[in-house]
Amino acid sequence: MSITEILFYAFSGVLLVSAVGVITARNPVHAALFLVFSFFNSAVLWMLLEAEFLAIVLVLVYVGAVMVLFLFVVMMLDVNVAEVRAGFTRYAPLGILIALIVVAEIGSVVWVKSLGTEVTPVAQVAVAEGYSNTGALGQLLYTKYLYPFELAAVILLLAIVAAIVLTMRRRAGLKQQDIAAQVSVRAQDRVRVVKMPPVIEGGEKQS
Amino acid sequence: MISLNFVLMLAGILFALSVAGIFLNRKNVILLLMCIELMLLAVNFNFIAFARQLGDLGGQVFVFFILTVAAAESAIGLAILVVLFRERKSINVEQLDTMKG
Repeated sequence: MSITEILFYAFSGVLLVSAVGVITARNPVHAALFLVFSFFNSAVLWMLLEAEFLAIVLVLVYVGAVMVLFLFVVMMLDVNVAEVRAGFTRYAPLGILIALIVVAEIGSVVWVKSLGTEVTPVAQVAVAEGYSNTGALGQLLYTKYLYPFELAAVILLLAIVAAIVLTMRRRAGLKQQDIAAQVSVRAQDRVRVVKMPPVIEGGEKQS
Repeated sequence: MISLNFVLMLAGILFALSVAGIFLNRKNVILLLMCIELMLLAVNFNFIAFARQLGDLGGQVFVFFILTVAAAESAIGLAILVVLFRERKSINVEQLDTMKG
């Protein structure tokens, strides 16, 4: 058993324990922190599976952005935990049953080798010196998967626009600048020239 | 040499755990979103394991796209959640029955 395998088994165990923590934590903040922990463990496992770029992206994007967003929302909303947790174990037997069924099904598919499900591994070529997972992935991403890559960019833009539009609110009575009205203003809207007869100060006394 | 079967089983157990989490935390929308994130993570494990086993980087590219879509999904989901909480003062799924016939 090599050191890689020992590390892989150890981190898999920690990952599963932290996943159990996510689904059973009493406090949503704890659940979010358990999820951060399981993402870190997954990043280690992906690195052992020779997906170095994705491991870094998982830590940077998921832990750095998405989970921080989750923590912000969890802490911003004043959730009544006791009310939400009422009846926590009511459907627990059903959930555990379905989880066991899922595990059994996947296990039967994975372990039954007589059905021809075993994947013949490619001869593990030792990677050349100077091989970069990031470089290889970039090569593929900008050539073969260029259109999906651009679609992904559009999806992210869509998410930005949707999140801003959804959470923007206009309060009544709030004084705001109207840029369009400011730009399109004309001189005659602002200055009014009034014609009126001249008034001479003390003119009547002189005459 | 990490066997493919072990990674697939790990991903399967992780997926099953998050399915159980959806049953347990069925009232709390935030935890439902977290369980969905965990499910996507489990699926990504499969892609990476097969990408390594078959020597095809296409699997890793797909993980990249899944991460993108999941980030967009959670951003929009949390935005909806914030609006919902502002409107109803609650994130309990059982109270979101305005459209019930």
